[in-house]
Amino acid sequence: MSDRATGPVDPHGPHGSTDPHDGHVHHEHGVAPHEPDPAAHADAAHLAAEHAAAHDPSRVHVPHPAHVHAPGAAPEPHVVGPELLRLEGLEVHFPVRGGVIDSLLRRTRGYVRAVDGIDLSIRKGEILALVGESGSGKTTTGRVVVKLTRQTGGRIVFEGEDISELWGTGRLRPYRRRVQLIFQDPYETLDPRHTVGAFVEEPLLVGTKRMPREERQRRVREALEAAGLRPASDFAARYPHELSGGQRQRVVIAGALVMDPELVVADEPVSMLDVSIRTELLRLMLDLRRSRGLTYLFITHDLSIAWVLADRIAVMYLGKIMEIGPAEEVIRAPRNPYTQALVSVSPSTDPPEPGAPARTILVGETPDAAQVPPGCRFHPRCPLAFDRCRVEEPPLVEVGEGHRAACWLSGVGPRDLPVIDAVAAAIPAGMPPPVATS
Amino acid sequence: MTGVREPGAVSATRGRRQVPLPRLADPAAPLLVVEDLAVRFSLPSGSVKAVDGVSFRLDDGEALGIAGESGCGKTTTALSLVRLLPANGRIRSGSVKLFGIDLVPKTEKQLARYRWREISIVFQGAMNALNPVRRVGDQIAEPIEVRLGRSRDASRKRAAELLDLVGIPGQRASAYPHELSGGMRQRAMIAMALACDPAIVIGDEPTTALDVMVQAQILQLLERLRRELGLSLILITHDLSVIAETCDRVMVMYAGKVAEEGPVTRVFTAPRHPYTQKLLSSFPNIHADRRTLDVIPGQPPDLRNPPPGCRFAARCPFVMDVCREVVPPEVTFGDGVRVACHLYPGRDAAGPPPRVVGATRTCDAASSTDPAP
Ligand SMILES: Nc1ncnc2c1ncn2[C@@H]1O[C@H](COP(=O)(O)OP(=O)(O)OP(=O)(O)O)[C@@H](O)[C@H]1O
Ligand SMILES: Nc1ncnc2c1ncn2[C@@H]1O[C@H](COP(=O)(O)OP(=O)(O)OP(=O)(O)O)[C@@H](O)[C@H]1O
Ligand code: SF4
Ligand code: SF4
Ligand SMILES: [Mg+2]
Ligand SMILES: [Mg+2]
Repeated sequence: MSDRATGPVDPHGPHGSTDPHDGHVHHEHGVAPHEPDPAAHADAAHLAAEHAAAHDPSRVHVPHPAHVHAPGAAPEPHVVGPELLRLEGLEVHFPVRGGVIDSLLRRTRGYVRAVDGIDLSIRKGEILALVGESGSGKTTTGRVVVKLTRQTGGRIVFEGEDISELWGTGRLRPYRRRVQLIFQDPYETLDPRHTVGAFVEEPLLVGTKRMPREERQRRVREALEAAGLRPASDFAARYPHELSGGQRQRVVIAGALVMDPELVVADEPVSMLDVSIRTELLRLMLDLRRSRGLTYLFITHDLSIAWVLADRIAVMYLGKIMEIGPAEEVIRAPRNPYTQALVSVSPSTDPPEPGAPARTILVGETPDAAQVPPGCRFHPRCPLAFDRCRVEEPPLVEVGEGHRAACWLSGVGPRDLPVIDAVAAAIPAGMPPPVATS
Repeated sequence: MTGVREPGAVSATRGRRQVPLPRLADPAAPLLVVEDLAVRFSLPSGSVKAVDGVSFRLDDGEALGIAGESGCGKTTTALSLVRLLPANGRIRSGSVKLFGIDLVPKTEKQLARYRWREISIVFQGAMNALNPVRRVGDQIAEPIEVRLGRSRDASRKRAAELLDLVGIPGQRASAYPHELSGGMRQRAMIAMALACDPAIVIGDEPTTALDVMVQAQILQLLERLRRELGLSLILITHDLSVIAETCDRVMVMYAGKVAEEGPVTRVFTAPRHPYTQKLLSSFPNIHADRRTLDVIPGQPPDLRNPPPGCRFAARCPFVMDVCREVVPPEVTFGDGVRVACHLYPGRDAAGPPPRVVGATRTCDAASSTDPAP
């Protein structure tokens, strides 16, 4: 198959530049005056007032000009292609062994149900965010997709081909070229003794047929530039300690790009980084999707990052998908109480106002995946749990266009899942109050 | 909770806190006033002007957030307050007045009355620096023994009380750090900071690297402690939402200087400094009505050689000629917001109105732009 399915080969793309800096600076200068212009400010305030009148005033942010036209500021409706990857009933159960004796006797004390039967599909050019608390099984899912962890059940289908039983370095090589993983921690990924150029070139050196030297150098240069490291020749000669945290993560991205992948599995690629570097990198990933037609499985515990980036969001809890659907639907009209709680505690820079909707802070932490609660696995922390939830697990059911949720209450009727704060008082006696509002 | 009494101290107390003030305290003085603080680090390649002329104040029971990009001097500012700078760091000038007592000229021995007992700190990343082979309860009891000269048993008992206060049940005191989740370890660090009933607790990135739900739980805990113990808080974080949720005032720092400081309700809804504006609009927010993702182009300056004028000039969309030559003076507005930017040139010439972020505040934002005398 061709190396690049979509998008121009030129990493600069049709817009001339994929560098978020260039695009942005250029734009800023086009709109914002060098001299402060009181009229422009007044305009913004005026716009804000108009906007406020038309919408819910407590939630409106001013559309200041820099946002409205900023390239890649928001994932504009993106044309997505046919299905690229599908997971069917995927399961990863790790055996729990108590100690040496258990290991010798090959005895297990149950299983850690890290991934416990999930169905997902990603279409070409799409960004799917996998969101959940620590231990929910996000990384394990990502590792199965890049074939670093063996599933214990279910199927993985890539471009219509079942690759569940595809193993072995040689047989996996073509797949590994097309599917790349980006880790959370650039400090762990980069070897301090190797230059940036050597790191990016490394994957091109494996395999029987070596690529000619000039070809390798060209691809390294392209990858570095596409990742915003310019001039490439300057960065290629540097060592990791000569780079900032954001630049290091860009090197890791360049290392993934050099193989010209179609699917990038990004596991918390920005959580270690400062907010401003973070947004720069998210912008870069959006630009790369546009210029190279990349598809992302984006793993994060931060719903607001999923919100700015993803077309669709899947919310995981203890190895299961609790809700999946278009980002707007999942964030604006969540149909599972866990998603609702996550949305309500999601960071906001608006100072809390009296009378604003209360936040739902769940008590306790995600239980151990070795002891998944029976029934609905969220029931011990769910403020809406009732008898049925304790014994029977709710299936993922269609609650809207491409929107599915797993909750006995989601299927009741259109959009009528009670808002959890409102019913927090109705918690069964004897349970610690699971909801605290602030 | 019982107060820790110092023998022979005057028994004057303030606010809800039942702990006597230090003997030298001026009961009428504000809790903490930092003036013109400057800190340098010496390196073979030059001296790093990490904090350069920072002033702020913290009142009884108040929570102040310090925000800004990585490397802007937040931790350095905090460490200066408790005089725990790394060996190559030095306070060049300025004062740190606690109850009117300047801590900067104090000797190490004199400081013992104030550090931990009046101002304590939860260090950045401390929850990952707990000793892995010692029980958490013991690690909290030890500083109580050392700093307050209590018996081992009394310290153990106090440690259990403190763990309970932060929501760690008594029997978990015998756990080793790896047996506790991130959230629990952070709670333990907060318990440790509370050991001597301090007036001020500084949290340096207390929720960074925690899950959102756990983060919300920790913030809720800090809020409760503030109310119940009459604590004053300084929260340092690059996560603006943490400050929006918990603090009364916010100080935005850029490259070792204060860019903007004032009440959270003002600064976050009507930011005046271009850097604050950029910082807020680059923050991903699902509660906003649109998906926005602004970026601040470029990088902060090298603090060994900061630019002569405004330190933000190279990245500022509103930069003027004067910005590159003259350090912008701090101007205080009628609503209590202090800004250092040439767009607001002092009290005779009213600057342009602030960019309004929270549309509901459009009207009152426009009416308070005249700098106060
Ligand atoms: N190799 C392994 N052996 C045993 N248990 C494992 C293994 N890898 C992961 N687990 C367990 O599986 C569960 C899911 O882990 P995973 O790392 O996938 O979660 P995550 O959602 O990525 O969490 P985080 O946000 O902390 O990265 C956890 O309970 C974890 O302890
Ligand atoms: N021991 C040191 N020697 C030299 N320079 C230092 C030292 N400690 C800090 N610095 C520098 O001083 C400046 C301020 O650092 P500081 O740690 O206060 O930043 P910060 O705002 O807390 O950043 P972060 O958000 O990354 O924690 C930075 O430029 C940093 O590189
Ligand atoms: S099924 Fe029951 S326990 Fe599970 S999320 Fe719905 S209401 Fe809560
Ligand atoms: S002083 Fe000038 S460069 Fe600095 S923030 Fe204000 S307008 Fe921008
Ligand atoms: Mg993970
Ligand atoms: Mg710091």
